[in-house]
Amino acid sequence: MLTYTMRRLALAVPTLLLISLIVFLLLELAPGDPMAQMPLTIPPEVREQMRIALGLGEPWYVRYVAWLHMVFVVEPSHMLAAATGVDLAAEGSRLLSWQSRAPVAEIIAQRLPQTLWVVGLSYLFGILVAVPLGVASARRPHSWLDTIGTFIAMAGFSVPTFFTGVLLIVIFSVTLGWLPSMYDTTLEVTDWDSLRRQAAQLAMPVTVLALYNAAQISRYVRAATLDNLAQDYVRAVRARGMSERAVLYLHVLRNAMIPVVTVIALGVPNIFAGAIITEQIFRVNGIGELLISAIHANDIPMVQTLTFLFAVLIVLFNLLADILYGMLDPRIRYD
Amino acid sequence: MTDAAALLPLRSQWRPVWERLRGNRAALAGAALFAGLLVFVSIGPILWMVDPWAIDPDNRNQGPSLGHPLGTDQLGRDLLARLMVGGRITLAVGVMAMLIGVGLGTLVGVMAGYFRRLDGVLMRLTDLFLALPMLPILLVLVLLFREALAARLGEATGIFLLVVGAIGLTSWMHTARIVRADVMTLKERDFITAAQAIGTPPRRIITRHVLPNVLSPVIVSATLGVAGAIMIESALSFLGMGFPPDVPTWGRMVHDAVDYLQQFPGRVLWPGAFISLTVLSVNYLGDGLRAALDPRGI
Repeated sequence: MLTYTMRRLALAVPTLLLISLIVFLLLELAPGDPMAQMPLTIPPEVREQMRIALGLGEPWYVRYVAWLHMVFVVEPSHMLAAATGVDLAAEGSRLLSWQSRAPVAEIIAQRLPQTLWVVGLSYLFGILVAVPLGVASARRPHSWLDTIGTFIAMAGFSVPTFFTGVLLIVIFSVTLGWLPSMYDTTLEVTDWDSLRRQAAQLAMPVTVLALYNAAQISRYVRAATLDNLAQDYVRAVRARGMSERAVLYLHVLRNAMIPVVTVIALGVPNIFAGAIITEQIFRVNGIGELLISAIHANDIPMVQTLTFLFAVLIVLFNLLADILYGMLDPRIRYD
Repeated sequence: MTDAAALLPLRSQWRPVWERLRGNRAALAGAALFAGLLVFVSIGPILWMVDPWAIDPDNRNQGPSLGHPLGTDQLGRDLLARLMVGGRITLAVGVMAMLIGVGLGTLVGVMAGYFRRLDGVLMRLTDLFLALPMLPILLVLVLLFREALAARLGEATGIFLLVVGAIGLTSWMHTARIVRADVMTLKERDFITAAQAIGTPPRRIITRHVLPNVLSPVIVSATLGVAGAIMIESALSFLGMGFPPDVPTWGRMVHDAVDYLQQFPGRVLWPGAFISLTVLSVNYLGDGLRAALDPRGI
């Protein structure tokens, strides 16, 4: 298992390097000029100096290596230094956002908590809904409960998140006036009232994503439970006179969760991508919103770093899913 | 009598599939709904001859009336007419992007499955594409090439080709994997070996023997691919990175209506409902087709 993990980790490095190269080169083609928003009164030679100051004078491979150095060495070392208080910061200039002239890593660090709250809570609630729903559907296939469960899953899968979000705003903000339609990041949770307000503003974005997650996961729970219910060990357990509850929750569910756990791990990068849209609807200033605003502003270092961050998530969670599968299911042997 | 008996197996190839599909009420409802939507967008503009681009400042933000059954938008344009024209574009994007994605996926899948030498390279490529964060990449692609293509081919055509191409190029991987797996098992079958033994060139084996036998997963992929492409297109348009404001796709209409959400919440519901119904019906149909085409089908 350990050798397999090490081998997979080693394989992830060239994949990530290749992806970083693709992301970098794609944005190199960008026609947008970071100088476009500067006043036209700046003389051409000064403009050229500013371009060089931004690092645009070098050929692309020099800038690619410099970017890699900044993403993998300089920025992590600064983050580590800030977290531990020890002066570990590596030499070299930091990766700056063209939009705000602040280090990219710091802006992302500011934005990340909001995204993590929305994404994390929605995934948690999604799983909490999906598992009972899937098990109940599988217990009586083709019953009315199963049909409704299938419909909910299909609808959650087919209705775009931007429409569910807008629908919730129309119902709960515009018509009923219960929940705020915009997320207020300045809100600090200090007492019960602010906690209630925080819960109210998280309610809709989390519901939208949770519904989408529950739809996907419940299908896998259903399929895995059905698969297991047909196995011999279930018959053996039933023959020993165990109650149906015990059969389901002590034996079947535990086995059924093996593929489900990997699906849950594989789905994590997807919901970060889904958060891009959800954050846009509810004006949550997380990393998704950051990406969209950076794209609109031609802030290339920011877009490159964020896109690469999404790719890192995909590769990491794919790896995690494979390792989890091997750990949970002793029948799987990679070596 | 004997003639009919000889013809029977030929005719009945698709019959069991149809019988199974007919038994699946959800899939039939999906097919009927999708057919209805197709009629709505194709015949609708012929019957409802209101110009979807006609700006009427005196009748802005109207509610439903006889002249405008679904009301008008912030420029006084008829919502029903826009829904019909927008649906044409949305569905066209969905189908075209699916054709590119499924075509590419089938090509890669057959090549990788049939030619062992290509397998490693093509599957690494597939893995690489699967590891790319699609939504950010699509947003970047649209951002990069929108201006250039719009300048060369005109605003609407340029964006259409760009969106269709970008979605198609980023959605072929799952088809490729399924087709490859099917081709690899097919290759071990006796009839392929027989065809190889009598010297049939690979090109003809693929077109005559392999492709017809991987049709089932391709059909299912194609159906679900339409739904996926419509989802992505409307998400791009919703984020303002798809079609320009004067091209009314359903996603773009939701995007425009969101600004008026507080005053006119009804306006966002129609295009959103149409996207949801289209994707839902196509998904139900695809699911039913998958069950019907699976020989082990229950």
